[in-house]
Amino acid sequence: MTPLAVSIAGAVASFTLVLVVLELIRSRRLRERYALLWLATGIALTVLSAWRDGLNTIASWLGVRSYPPAVLFAVGLLFILAVLLHYSTVISRLSDQNVVLAQKIALLEIELTERRTRA
Amino acid sequence: MAIVPALNEERTIGRIIDELRTFDPGLDVVVVDDGSVDGTAQAARAKGAQVLSLPFNLGIGGAVQTGFRFAFENDYDIVVRVDGDGQHDPAQLLRVLEPVLRGEADIAVGSRFAAEDAAGYRSSRSRRIGIRLLAWVVSRIVGQRVTDTTSGFQALNRHGIELFAHDYPHDYPEVEAMVLVFRHRLRLVEVPVEMRERAGGTSSITALRSVYYMVKVLLAIFVGMFRRNVVPEEGSE
Repeated sequence: MTPLAVSIAGAVASFTLVLVVLELIRSRRLRERYALLWLATGIALTVLSAWRDGLNTIASWLGVRSYPPAVLFAVGLLFILAVLLHYSTVISRLSDQNVVLAQKIALLEIELTERRTRA
Repeated sequence: MAIVPALNEERTIGRIIDELRTFDPGLDVVVVDDGSVDGTAQAARAKGAQVLSLPFNLGIGGAVQTGFRFAFENDYDIVVRVDGDGQHDPAQLLRVLEPVLRGEADIAVGSRFAAEDAAGYRSSRSRRIGIRLLAWVVSRIVGQRVTDTTSGFQALNRHGIELFAHDYPHDYPEVEAMVLVFRHRLRLVEVPVEMRERAGGTSSITALRSVYYMVKVLLAIFVGMFRRNVVPEEGSE
């Protein structure tokens, strides 16, 4: 069985994560699009921490008998990997767009200079 | 002026510009080309529209806001928005425009479902449920019955243009925009319209995505209620 202190600490920490994410959206420092994965992480970890029987059941499905909270680590790690992978795709898209923007500015600049010298 | 957001609509864009000109020959038509890879921009220019070409796809929210910024900076007093896919019939523009012209609303939205016999519009079942749910949630929040939260068939006055030029939601913007309008105490009116079947192109919303959008939009609406306004109200500072 999971120690009670672990459940409480886990639930408090992951619920705090949910609140922080919501506040970041509210103050416009985080867009909804990038917040959804974080919210899913926070909610999943909160539920798994607070629902002690559930954590035990899932642990036994996975063959984790000695220490059920290990499932918490595993789930947390999985979500962090998902968030990181998501960020990699976002960064890739941003750098592609950045290239296009830089090229467009260069093209606009030469057009502007040509117009100025003609005028 | 008219804002026409378009993504790969080369087959329909010309016809829409013609129809807008039929409605009002003096109308300035601004097509926002949201990174199309076909001849949308050329087709629009050939019909004499001004074209704002975005260097890559921003999504409908970013594209439409480009149009609102253009309208704001060029001091237009009234703007209509008509989508480039042909769903919105410019012949019905007067209905949408009237409340704004009469000074009864800051923003008027053409609704597919506001009419009593709203049988004219067909869409998939899941989509109808989604639209209903959103309409219910938004009606609750704004304390006013709205029936079509996803309609982009709109007319706005200067207040509406100013708000949307400074703060406009992303991705699937019309739903959040309704709440935004309410939060800024602008007057919103729904007008019954009939929409046509898409004349060309494909809808930007697929089944799996609509679930994602649903969650995202609901989150945005609820969090948005506790947000500070970007455009301060008159006399609030």
